Amino acid sequence: MNKPLPNSLRQGPDGRGRFGQFGGRYVAETLMPVIQEVEQAYNEARNDPAFMAEWRRLLKDYVGRPSPLWLCERLTEHLGGAKVYFKREELNHTGAHKINAVLGQIMLAKRMGKPRIIAETGAGQHGVATATACALFGLKCVVYMGATDVERQQPNVFRMKLLGAEVVPVTSGAGTLKDAMNEGLRDWVANVADTYYCIGTVAGPAPFPQMVRDFQCVIGEETRQQILAAEGRLPDALVCAVGGGSSAMGLFHPFLDDEGVAIYGVEAAGRGLESGEHAAAIAGGRPGVLHGNKTYLLQDNHGQITEAHSISAGLDYPGIGPEHSWLHEIGRATYVSVTDDEALEAFQLCSKLEGIIPALESAHGLAHVMKLAPTMDKDKIIVLNLSGRGDKDIFTVAKHMGVTL
Amino acid sequence: MSRIAARFAQLKAEGRGALMPFIEAYDPDPATSMALLRCLPGAGADLIELGVPFTDPMADGPTVQLAGQRALKAGGTLAGALAMVRDFRREDDETPIVLMGYLNPILSYGEERFCRDAGASGVDGLIVVDMPPEEADALAPHAATEGLDLIRLIAPTTDDARLPKVLAGTSGFIYYVAIAGITGTRSASRDVLAEAIPRVRRHTDLPIAIGFGVRTPQQAAEAVQIADGAVVASALIDTLAKSLDDKGRARPDTVRKVLDQVRELSEAVRGARVPA
Repeated sequence: MNKPLPNSLRQGPDGRGRFGQFGGRYVAETLMPVIQEVEQAYNEARNDPAFMAEWRRLLKDYVGRPSPLWLCERLTEHLGGAKVYFKREELNHTGAHKINAVLGQIMLAKRMGKPRIIAETGAGQHGVATATACALFGLKCVVYMGATDVERQQPNVFRMKLLGAEVVPVTSGAGTLKDAMNEGLRDWVANVADTYYCIGTVAGPAPFPQMVRDFQCVIGEETRQQILAAEGRLPDALVCAVGGGSSAMGLFHPFLDDEGVAIYGVEAAGRGLESGEHAAAIAGGRPGVLHGNKTYLLQDNHGQITEAHSISAGLDYPGIGPEHSWLHEIGRATYVSVTDDEALEAFQLCSKLEGIIPALESAHGLAHVMKLAPTMDKDKIIVLNLSGRGDKDIFTVAKHMGVTL
Repeated sequence: MSRIAARFAQLKAEGRGALMPFIEAYDPDPATSMALLRCLPGAGADLIELGVPFTDPMADGPTVQLAGQRALKAGGTLAGALAMVRDFRREDDETPIVLMGYLNPILSYGEERFCRDAGASGVDGLIVVDMPPEEADALAPHAATEGLDLIRLIAPTTDDARLPKVLAGTSGFIYYVAIAGITGTRSASRDVLAEAIPRVRRHTDLPIAIGFGVRTPQQAAEAVQIADGAVVASALIDTLAKSLDDKGRARPDTVRKVLDQVRELSEAVRGARVPA
């Protein structure tokens, strides 16, 4: 088992920024030169040992990596099947995996001489991470956030402001992550000379899907070493929630060539796939072009993008990173979905059994683990990427439980 | 000769530049939009850009975004825009029409079928904002088969090294984006344009139209003194939007108000002396 496949699945993207038919660079001409500039700068940076050493130093001393791999004994016993491990990304500084790629990108922006950073954010985790890194590096930070998300993620909005960022509520569309990304791209078009767009997920025009993935791969690389140390072998299954899919790509990518490792991406089914109110791009969408890349998208028959819905602001996006679309099409990863209610149940179970309040995003991954583990033998191993902590979500969850805080 | 080439040849012979108004198909409703389209040539439009509504117009400012939202609410689609062109062609076989929009509705329609239907409907050219030359291979061959000009955007950020690549697959005319920014926001100064346009001319013989930030008759006149055409979009859509009632519906004078503005722009363009 776990033989490397003859042709590695880890070589993408190709020279055009594509993973199979997905990815690419679908942006207005105004942005093409700066995107090529980012690509060139990134290729130089990642081959610069000093740059990578500095990034590793920040991950260790500022973020607190490596994040632990935690064996969930009570949860495992409760589910009565495979052993469940959590990769504890929620213990990172700022409370989620986002900071890994943000630090790399902000270092890149600094290297490129761009003094102004913009970012989009859904749940606010990427916005907080970006604001944090900008504070650390002394750069100006503007975060675009859908007005709906500003409402439901007030604590993170306040955090970003404390960190010195300007938070711009976006009212176009449904006022969620998609609209924030539109506004981020518009800002970038108007400020290409001095601005770097710090994209928060493995989506957008090339090289962003690759670059964000590369920085997030620290999750999977650590997991690999940690599980080998703990169990002497690789896990049988990896599970992670997928919005744009950066935490998932970070966990999955180092294992793509290990045949024996099953890979599950968990999309948000919102109020149920059949309700039409969900954020499951692969389960309920088809390939199209949005935000600079070709990928699976929620859209109507006329190619108009439809609004996503999820209780989790971080998953509330009608697309998915292009590499996920490719992994789905070649069958290397399996994409499943979990409803708001299932995620809420997992959220509470995790809190009570493990003493860990997970982000609603991560609770989607956990809800799938709750379905998967009981179907597997007790000697099997599942690793869940617990990508973020749930402090930011307690208001949303309380509301759904009928509790007034 | 294509309608676009014929029109630019005719204008060159007349010694003047082109006024190219932009309207969004189905904004604020199909009938008003169709009435506007029909009357544009009479009001002085030399070429027409017809916007195809899209939910996520990432290169557009608030004015065109709102136009798109009104159009979508009124049932606007790519197929609907093609139908408008077909209707228009029953009466006008000379005024070129360029569809301007984003790629996803075209992908959804199917690239080949779209180009066939666009050609058959009387569309002359396509501007696909989020399809740079690097990503044009799925659409370009079908556009060529149907004789549709693929009109590319050139931006202030497009440097001399990149220009030939962008121009390589371009036909009809060049759309010069006057500012690094989104539609309906800032305007480029005359001096900036006077430097930018000759730079592009050194690389191409195609006519050059200037868009993004051309709002007033004076700006349109300046644009055609420096280049070969002026695209006016947000300024016209602002007029349309202001004319609507509080429920967003067209008033009886909506069409007239927009056309009056087109006439003013046209007079300025015709009055601007263009060196032959």
